[in-house]
Amino acid sequence: MELCSKEAVKYVWEGAIPLQIHLHESEVTTLPPPPPILVLGSRIGYLPLLVPLIKPHFSSTLPPGTDTVWFDYKGLPLKWYIPTGVLFDLLCAEPERPWNLTVHFRGHPGDVLTPCEGEDSVKWSYINSLKEAAYIINGNCKNVMNMSQADQLELWQSLVKGNMDGYLRISSRLKLGPLGEDCIVRSASSSAQPRQAIGEPDFTGSGRPCRIPVRLYVRNISEDLDDLEDAVPIDNWDRISYINRPVEIHKEEGHLSFKCAMKTLLPKIFFEEPLVDDHEFLREGETVGADSSYGDSETIGGSWNAQAEEIPFAGQPQVQLLKKSKIKMIRIQGIELDMDIPFFWVVNNLKNPEYFLHICVFIGTSTDQSTFR
Amino acid sequence: MGGHCLWDGTLSPNDFIASADDLTKKWMAINPNLPQWTWIPCQRMDVSCNTQAEGYLALENMYQLSASEVNAPTDDENYSAEEAPFDNATLIQSYNDDMHIYDFHIVYSFSYQVPVLYFRGYRCDGHPLHLCDIEKDLPPYSSKIRNESKWTFMTQEEHPYLCCPWYTLHPCGTSDWMKLLLGGDLPSKNPDMLHYLSAWLSVVGQTVGLRIPLELHDKSI
Repeated sequence: MELCSKEAVKYVWEGAIPLQIHLHESEVTTLPPPPPILVLGSRIGYLPLLVPLIKPHFSSTLPPGTDTVWFDYKGLPLKWYIPTGVLFDLLCAEPERPWNLTVHFRGHPGDVLTPCEGEDSVKWSYINSLKEAAYIINGNCKNVMNMSQADQLELWQSLVKGNMDGYLRISSRLKLGPLGEDCIVRSASSSAQPRQAIGEPDFTGSGRPCRIPVRLYVRNISEDLDDLEDAVPIDNWDRISYINRPVEIHKEEGHLSFKCAMKTLLPKIFFEEPLVDDHEFLREGETVGADSSYGDSETIGGSWNAQAEEIPFAGQPQVQLLKKSKIKMIRIQGIELDMDIPFFWVVNNLKNPEYFLHICVFIGTSTDQSTFR
Repeated sequence: MGGHCLWDGTLSPNDFIASADDLTKKWMAINPNLPQWTWIPCQRMDVSCNTQAEGYLALENMYQLSASEVNAPTDDENYSAEEAPFDNATLIQSYNDDMHIYDFHIVYSFSYQVPVLYFRGYRCDGHPLHLCDIEKDLPPYSSKIRNESKWTFMTQEEHPYLCCPWYTLHPCGTSDWMKLLLGGDLPSKNPDMLHYLSAWLSVVGQTVGLRIPLELHDKSI
């Protein structure tokens, strides 16, 4: 398999989700209410970038005030800095087309959602992610920091406009990929013939592990669900564990499958067992407590409380549980991948433009009460 | 990080935990009357990645007088001098409003392999401070940097464990200046990682107006 497939990258860039966007009823001041607007949201794009398309459609009905635009899906405020495709993969267990979202121009929920000050916020969130990815890959972010203003602007504009060729031309100068199986960044020209490639001298022989930028979103759904369509909609981000941690690969590991990479990310769930559908992995002796050491409940200890509530008898401190966790589905760019696919192929071809691979994992968890001691 | 390699200014997750413990103890010895640093463990129910303990270090309820109170007459927008110049009650109210409370969290960044400071501020009545309020509390040089690099110095980001917006200082330069701070005199040797967080905080604390006693950096304590 080729290390880098332009065809696959093109599919990622052309991926889009049909969105049907409704104005929240509290902001409708005219009769009849405005109909929803249909727009295509690029998978690699961000929701606030659609505002210039959406705003004119609703502007005549908005109440007076200043705009702070945000979106929700079934009441869940959407994090604008997560790419649209990732939000869709994560929140629509069973893909819904068109995807019905609600837009708000007022009443931004500042306690749960970072405000977005228009395109500039999105651009800098993207550049800070790109810097982070560069640091993970190269151990510094010099190449991103030293980019000229003109290149930076062109890179961003290519992303906004979905201009893949323009984007690849500039981003190739950042020397962040493609990554080879020897964990060396290939130069763009040699990527077609990986076996003969000469790596960047900067990081050969340094002995440090190869690090790959990954953002992992783990969503818990009920174990007993056979049909993902029945998954209860998420009303709170606490139900999703977000893990921002690079995958570390030591050179001697060489050929690495997607499955192996997932094992390093989620060792407790993958255990030492092969990933087989309908195979359950038991974890014994998981210590759970509704222990107050998790912090002052007043100071946004919400995530811990919410998790504790899911567990029967959580009020008893230090309950021993036998929990069963099962991987229900792993999705990247809307695709359920073959677990034996080489991980480097996945990274090189299915990453987002900020060089992070976004992985959505659905886990079914059930608690067997008979095992309480 | 072999002995022959130059230290790159980063910190491993285990060193972070050890160093956090060291900072906590030193802080308690030096500042017994201030709020204390506390390790907050965060075991994610299903998805804990590593066997090592996960968590962050928290210092909460730190009172800070706002810069406007120290340096100049109050110009709080709610109680401007023009509105009620002679109303003593209002002035007292205004004084209370200027007492800001800050929470500071130190979280390990697996991407940058360095500690990252997250913080938030609020008034005595629990009303959260916006960036424009916080800016008034910052030392002048931090405000200057913020004006020059709005998006790359201090921004509002999602707290990695609490999943809601906190202010944070961008960590991309941390390993570089930590290399100078700790590895400067003995570039070929790894410095004692126990002192990493105290040294780091002596710099980062200043940028957000958290006054760090000099003794904290004293290795003999």
